[in-house]
Amino acid sequence: MSFWNFLINYRAEIFSRTLEHLILVAAAMLVAVLIGIPLGIALVRRPNLRRWVLGAANVIQTIPSLALFGFLIPVPFLGGIGARTATVALALYALLPILQNTYTGIAGVDPAVLESARGMGMTSRQILRDVQLPLSIAVILAGVRVAAIICIGIATIAAAIGAGGLGVFIFRGVAMVSNSVILAGAIPAALLAIGVDILLGLVEKKLTP
Amino acid sequence: MNTALGADGLAVELRNVGYRVDKRQIVSGVSFKVAPGETLILLGRSGAGKTTTLKLINRLLETSSGEIFVERRSQLEWDPIQLRRRIGYVIQDVGLFPHWTVEQNVAMVPRLESWPESRVRQRVREMMELVGLDVAKFAARKPSELSGGQRQRVGVARALAADPPILLMDEPFGALDPVTRAELQREFCELAARLEKAIVFVTHDLREALLIGTRIGLFAEGHLAAIYKPDEFLHSSDAEARAFVDSLGAEEGRERSSPKVTGRGRKA
Repeated sequence: MSFWNFLINYRAEIFSRTLEHLILVAAAMLVAVLIGIPLGIALVRRPNLRRWVLGAANVIQTIPSLALFGFLIPVPFLGGIGARTATVALALYALLPILQNTYTGIAGVDPAVLESARGMGMTSRQILRDVQLPLSIAVILAGVRVAAIICIGIATIAAAIGAGGLGVFIFRGVAMVSNSVILAGAIPAALLAIGVDILLGLVEKKLTP
Repeated sequence: MNTALGADGLAVELRNVGYRVDKRQIVSGVSFKVAPGETLILLGRSGAGKTTTLKLINRLLETSSGEIFVERRSQLEWDPIQLRRRIGYVIQDVGLFPHWTVEQNVAMVPRLESWPESRVRQRVREMMELVGLDVAKFAARKPSELSGGQRQRVGVARALAADPPILLMDEPFGALDPVTRAELQREFCELAARLEKAIVFVTHDLREALLIGTRIGLFAEGHLAAIYKPDEFLHSSDAEARAFVDSLGAEEGRERSSPKVTGRGRKA
């Protein structure tokens, strides 16, 4: 069966797998953003915590993705077979770039700006909301963008633990020794990554002061 | 709360103030008073404790010993946020918010204090005129579109916007080119004479101190060695004061000119 025929015959499954893939990535990114950005902000104020947290995030990043999925299966609550485990693993991978960039962005705000903000009587909450976040939003979003691209790629491996997504085609294609089937997973995944990159790039541009 | 002060008009008073980090004593035994209409210069070499003393006044740093009174109330009775909004603060690097326009920057404290919007706008216009910036031309600009001198004008306008009775200035003109610096110093003298603020002004430039100050407090190694009237300073026998006067002479000799130093202190 040629690639094009496969695409046409399987368009419904390709569509639903793409959707599955997107939902997986979106859920993981949501978790990673909700944890990563506040944690990154906290790290600026707690230098002694910084080494440990960034170190841990770095270590997680070095674990091969297939291994991380495997490690998580026996873990209670978070683990098991399926999408929940995959979401946890993807969120862990997405954490480092978000954490790192949030920290770098906020720590990089001009000290003179902070000193005048404090000296003129802004509260720390006002400084965060009106000064630190607006001035580092571009850097933070760049981290989110990198994390999203990483997630879309790694999510293809989530099929190995029964989480679905476009990886299903890739694993099936490998087993069938069929390039068409592999491409039916790989090409939509690549397009997804490019699309998300462009989209977040636009958001970044729009929010940059 | 109003700007009205007590009968003897005391805006800031330091009593035997000290500050240390770990075991290192940065500043110790500093006492002075500043009344409205006065400009007290804190003069000294780098690391003499001038900036530290300034930051103790608006509680960017917390005193380790002694007491500071702001408008006759002990500093500890003040809410630090309220205290800082009653004290204008101008630093060498200006620290304008780069993502805000000039108008927004100047309006910062009035808006924090939730002034009605019409009053904020009017105040911004007044302040920009006060520091010599054309409202129509500059209000909508971002700090990156200003020259160094214009930026510091905005910095002064911002510090004065909420009409604080006290103004702290940390080498505000130190980063400017000599011509712009002289221009701003001159304008600032006129401004200070008109506004009746209590000003504490940190510098390491004796010429600036003589021009702007009504009194000059000389810092050496974390102590306030003495407070002089500007003309007294030139004839002081104190070694550190002499060192400053000599450096002035050296500079003037190099420039082969003998400008007469005339400041606000001389007129008094």
